[in-house]
Amino acid sequence: MVLGVLGAAATIAQMALLSKVVDRVFLDGESLGQVGTLLLLLLGAVVLRSGLLWLREISAERGAIYVKGELRERLFAHLMHLGPGYTKGERTGELVATAVEGTERLDAYVGRYLPQMALSALVPLLVAAYVLPFDWISAVLLLVSAPAIPVLMVLVGSHAEKHMQRQWSALSRMSAHFLDVLQGLSTLKAFGRGAAERERVAKVSDEFRERTLKVLRYAFLSGFVLEFIATLSIALVAVALGVRLLIGSIAFEPAFLVLLLAPEFFRPLRELGVYRHAGMEGKAAAERIFEILNTPAPVSPGSGAATKLGGRLEIELSDVEYTYPESGRPALSGINLTLPAGSCTALVGRSGAGKSTLVNLLMRFVDPEQGRISANGTPITDLPVELWRENLALVPQRPYLFYGTVLENIRLARPEATQEEVERAAELAGAAEFIDRLPQGYDTGIGERGVRLSGGEAQRLAIARAFLKDAPVLIMDESTSSLDPESERLIGDALELLMRDRTVLVIAHRLNTVYRADYIAVLDDGYLVETGTHAELIEREGPYARLVDTYNRTLA
Amino acid sequence: MRVLLRLLGFLGAHRWQVALAVVLGVVMMASNLGLLSVAAYLIAASALQYGLSQLTLSMFLVQIFGISRAAFRYLERLVSHNVTFKLLASLRTWLYGRLEPLYPARLLEHRTGDLLSRIVKDVEELENVYLRAFSPVIVAVAISALTFVALYIFDPLLASVTLGFLALSGVGVPLLVSVLARRLGQRELELRAELNVRIVDGIQGVQDLLALGQASGQQGKIEDLGRKLGRMQKRMASITGLQSTLNDLTMNLAMLTILFLAIPLVNEGRIPGVYLAFLALLVLGSFEAVQPLGTAFQFLGRSLHAGERLFEVSDARPQVTYPDEPLPPPGSHTLEFDHVSFRYHEDEAYHEDEALVLDDVSFKVEPGSRVAIVGPSGSGKSTIASLALRFWDPTEGEIRLGGHSLRGYAEEALRNAIGVAVQDTHLFNETLRDNLLLARPGATDLEIDSAVEKARLGEFVSSLPRGLYTPLGEQGLRLSGGERQRVAVARALLRDAPVLILDEPTANLDPATEHELLAAVYEQTPDRATLVITHRLVHMERMDEILVLEAGRIVERGTHQTLLENNGHYKRMVDVQNQLLATV
Repeated sequence: MVLGVLGAAATIAQMALLSKVVDRVFLDGESLGQVGTLLLLLLGAVVLRSGLLWLREISAERGAIYVKGELRERLFAHLMHLGPGYTKGERTGELVATAVEGTERLDAYVGRYLPQMALSALVPLLVAAYVLPFDWISAVLLLVSAPAIPVLMVLVGSHAEKHMQRQWSALSRMSAHFLDVLQGLSTLKAFGRGAAERERVAKVSDEFRERTLKVLRYAFLSGFVLEFIATLSIALVAVALGVRLLIGSIAFEPAFLVLLLAPEFFRPLRELGVYRHAGMEGKAAAERIFEILNTPAPVSPGSGAATKLGGRLEIELSDVEYTYPESGRPALSGINLTLPAGSCTALVGRSGAGKSTLVNLLMRFVDPEQGRISANGTPITDLPVELWRENLALVPQRPYLFYGTVLENIRLARPEATQEEVERAAELAGAAEFIDRLPQGYDTGIGERGVRLSGGEAQRLAIARAFLKDAPVLIMDESTSSLDPESERLIGDALELLMRDRTVLVIAHRLNTVYRADYIAVLDDGYLVETGTHAELIEREGPYARLVDTYNRTLA
Repeated sequence: MRVLLRLLGFLGAHRWQVALAVVLGVVMMASNLGLLSVAAYLIAASALQYGLSQLTLSMFLVQIFGISRAAFRYLERLVSHNVTFKLLASLRTWLYGRLEPLYPARLLEHRTGDLLSRIVKDVEELENVYLRAFSPVIVAVAISALTFVALYIFDPLLASVTLGFLALSGVGVPLLVSVLARRLGQRELELRAELNVRIVDGIQGVQDLLALGQASGQQGKIEDLGRKLGRMQKRMASITGLQSTLNDLTMNLAMLTILFLAIPLVNEGRIPGVYLAFLALLVLGSFEAVQPLGTAFQFLGRSLHAGERLFEVSDARPQVTYPDEPLPPPGSHTLEFDHVSFRYHEDEAYHEDEALVLDDVSFKVEPGSRVAIVGPSGSGKSTIASLALRFWDPTEGEIRLGGHSLRGYAEEALRNAIGVAVQDTHLFNETLRDNLLLARPGATDLEIDSAVEKARLGEFVSSLPRGLYTPLGEQGLRLSGGERQRVAVARALLRDAPVLILDEPTANLDPATEHELLAAVYEQTPDRATLVITHRLVHMERMDEILVLEAGRIVERGTHQTLLENNGHYKRMVDVQNQLLATV
């Protein structure tokens, strides 16, 4: 911004020299040789001004780069703290767009719009101040027009603004409609409506055009006002100067200088108009980013009172209760459950019963509102969160595969592991076979842009991660079957191995799993309604028995 | 370049509007030029004490220019935006027209969401090709010509030199900048792409990241990439900053040079001194027209790339073409697959050699009978539905309807004969009712209600505040997997075609609803030929034939009873399913 002001100063100098040159030659009839030095000085001013302009561009851009980078990193770090609870709730797509595109849009706002706003106030004042001493009439003319511009623009603009907002949202809806139609093409075709839709696309686009133009008529008016006042002022100044020259109340040189400087007076404001739209988008992006940054994290970092837990762990939940922020009723209430060390507990219940919530609490993605979870007697909130999670291995229903090789994906569980250790883990997980069949084996790229793995293969990879991590506690969310007997067998075998000597909680969907479990805990509507072994619960003929109900099966 | 010509072709459709917009643009620029230069003349003339009467013309012109510039700018913006929106409409309609017969080309299905959003963004980029690329170029050329002529009147040398500088600023500078920036630009794109992938991974995979304790690791990677990107962008900034700087410099150098050349001429009396100021400002003002050229060229470059991508997709030849002289609609409705094999076509440039998705599949579905195709996911089952709908043609073998090959029928006949409930049915941003009516636009309320009941949607609809008139889709209600599936079934039932194909109709439903829905669907009209593709082995006793598909081949076939007795694949799948608890 400082550079902007300096640049303006250089411009003034340049113009002053120019007017002097012209004056001398024109009125005094001087020759080239005589004005030579002036011309050289003029050259110097020109180069200086360009240099300042360049520096200004660079420094504005650097500022923007710094801000973008900072915000992007803070945003990401905060999203990690907010955890899966938040990111799953909000649309992931929107969050990604904000983190990736939103931060880029800040460029226009921080790098151009904001500095320009400051310049719009300073430069005109500078110019007017310079002109004032030798031509107060023109200076006054200019200064009078200056405030009129923003005032009128605001008046006209705010009326159009509302319409504009509606129209911009109509625009995005129209884009969404087009994408919608393209995405649904196969459905349209299946119903024989493919061709008919073409007419609709044309019609929708046309309607949009007409409506938008109506609004733009008003929106452009504010731009018109700015231009009109600016150019008309210049014209008036010119005519006024002409008249005064005729009367003889002003000399040529200052008159010409004023004429040269008049456009400079309006330049920053006009440039501001150019950046306005992009600037507004950037501002909206910034607001959204701060909204996310200000969302409180659901989990405290952990008091650090305890530092380590040893060996096998017994987990105990006492009177645990949790309600999700947007929900009216608790997802879990009054949960009292013990997972003895080295045992396997199967958690069953219908969808929505609270099973995932229990997992989220154990993983400390959220903390209970009431009650407590402890491991070997120590409340888990006493540990730093990362340290607590080192004791847990999670095998989710739909494991996420990251951009990278198979090796890197498995190694995420323990980055210092050797290749042999990774391969051993894969073998134990029943994954070695399919990995060896991949084009580059363990170095095959998977994830965002790589080879797609089937559901069963992804699960086995996640199990390999769990083997590699070798944590005392295992939490597993069984996938619901897709009828692949081979995959079922492999996963079943791997799990049996994995579950040995660990404290296990498995969200079960299969009979085999509950048979194998030492205990079964049944959730219904957030309450723990039954616990016991399979035989005990069947006899009770309660909720568990209903889940196992034979009518679910076809004839044997 | 061909792409450029094709893009211009789109503009050509609206040529009168385009011409008007161009003219307005040129007049606007000329007004600006006129304002400053005539004002300069006015002042010079006044200084020489020309008579007021001699000056009135100039004063008048100055005022006119003052008003006209703003007015013409306003009009030009309106007209050019009109052109832009018309272009947008043309592009979208054209694109839709090209894509519709192509769909579902392998191309589009490969990474559907990704590719489609890119196409839509490319179209949006192209819509600005008039405003940001075409118009500035034409206006710049016109104004340069005008300036040249105006200067020529005074002295040819002045005119040529100015033209040279204009060209330097309009063409030379952007060229220089783009050459300097090219490699950096490439690298920047690469870095940014990688950074974005990591961010997406982090957000979408946050659960796994936290569980694995690798969140800070990911953060570190992102910070690292961010730093590298930042350095790159700073270097880029120095170069792109040059653009406006050099433009500015060229403009002023031009003015200086003109002064340098003009002063001797004034001294010699070849040019009246009163015009010196006029000339200086004329030269300065003319550069306003060439300044946007740098960005315009960049924009043109991007547009050409977008156009290339677009044409690549839209120029593909349709996989399936319908006959010019089709057979009459089928009389009977037996659907038959005769030794059908299928692999995705190899001449699509987007993938390597594909394996056979279906291998020698044969079966027949007669009117009144029900056939089920079962198997693990990825076994090729859904492809059978797509082939029956003739979205693709089989690589080997033949598919027949009513005794004749599918290839003989017109598209309309096929669509009327075969109704389908697909797995990934799309719900449009419309009301539920309109989404259903898609299947049969003329359906009565009674028919709609009946289909809704049978698909076990009745309770769901009653729970909605506006019932059937509830909007769905992006801005509306988001349906769960099970609800979506039931809508697909309702659509198929409403269509009431003689051949019904159901692709995974109940995968996300709880057992009770599943049973009821299938019971309702299977009990329908005896004339209907029903083909069910599923991995849920429910009500299989009602099937006339069950085909077990694995890796594209039929490994077992028979009735439910015989297959169980066979103790093979089917039996094992039944066992796996029997393992499941009713926990959906």
